[in-house]
Amino acid sequence: MVDVSKFKPKTVYVTYIASTPERVWQALTDPSFSTKYFFGFAVDVQPKIGGTFKLLYPDGRIHAIGEVADWSPPARFSCTWLIEGMGEFGELPECLVTYEIESCGDAVRLTMTESHSWNVPEAILKGGQSGWPAVLSNLKSVLEIGKPMVLAQMGPPPGMVEAVKKAIAEKPWLH
Amino acid sequence: MSKPKFVYVTYIRTTPEKLWAALTDPQTIRKYWFGITAESDWKPGSSWSLKFEDGRTADSGEILESVPQKRLVIRWQNQFKPELKAIGYTRCTMEIEMADYYPDFGGKSVKLTITHESETDQGGPMIDAVSNGWPKILSNLKSLLETGDVAFQR
Repeated sequence: MVDVSKFKPKTVYVTYIASTPERVWQALTDPSFSTKYFFGFAVDVQPKIGGTFKLLYPDGRIHAIGEVADWSPPARFSCTWLIEGMGEFGELPECLVTYEIESCGDAVRLTMTESHSWNVPEAILKGGQSGWPAVLSNLKSVLEIGKPMVLAQMGPPPGMVEAVKKAIAEKPWLH
Repeated sequence: MSKPKFVYVTYIRTTPEKLWAALTDPQTIRKYWFGITAESDWKPGSSWSLKFEDGRTADSGEILESVPQKRLVIRWQNQFKPELKAIGYTRCTMEIEMADYYPDFGGKSVKLTITHESETDQGGPMIDAVSNGWPKILSNLKSLLETGDVAFQR
């Protein structure tokens, strides 16, 4: 079981989508759907608390791997993320990504919260802060327009790789 | 203490020209801003205000910078909630960039970044208020430009 109490929210992104909670849930958890908006990544998740969560590159390699902390369709999906597919990024502590889906009039409010168990430097948070708006803007477009699209890979933002190397060398989460 | 700030980024399948028009045309603003609209000639130094449908002023201030299709900076004070008006001025920067993350759109996608920050370290409640509003407004703006209709009415 994931001890969610050790994770503190650091980055929140909210978007309102003309859709239903069930369709947003499917978009977040169905591999054939996620490849359309998530840089080509396929979500591969065992649908239960304690199940394994994977985010796979188009060639099947693992980008991120973790454990399902909450599986409450169609309202709440939460899992840990360890970035296994980007070399040294895999030495960072795992983070917790939580999606909350709520009805809001004719639309759905989707809230993504990225939480961390240690005092993450801003330069590392920038990775998620630049990636999530692209991914979730694209998810909204796919649901509203229905048109599949291909997102090019985004590299880490300036300064992030250096901040990751520094964190791995100093391991502030051990103190 | 640092000055409270809210940043929101959205990617929209449109052109900088269409996005600029949507950000500055009163009739378009009304569609995605839940009936509220803006009054300004959008030139640096000009006055700016947001009006409710019944004509009351919601917010007012002045245009600090205006570079069509690229950048708009508004000095912004709430006018309808005394406790927020008392906080004083905030500053809202809207930046439009081409987004190359969508190669298959052939350059037809833009990145809109809204940065809304307090001019003092006392602006927390105002920044909290706009943090709640911007995702709704910008989600509706994106839907309007991409589908011709907003995502939802308040």
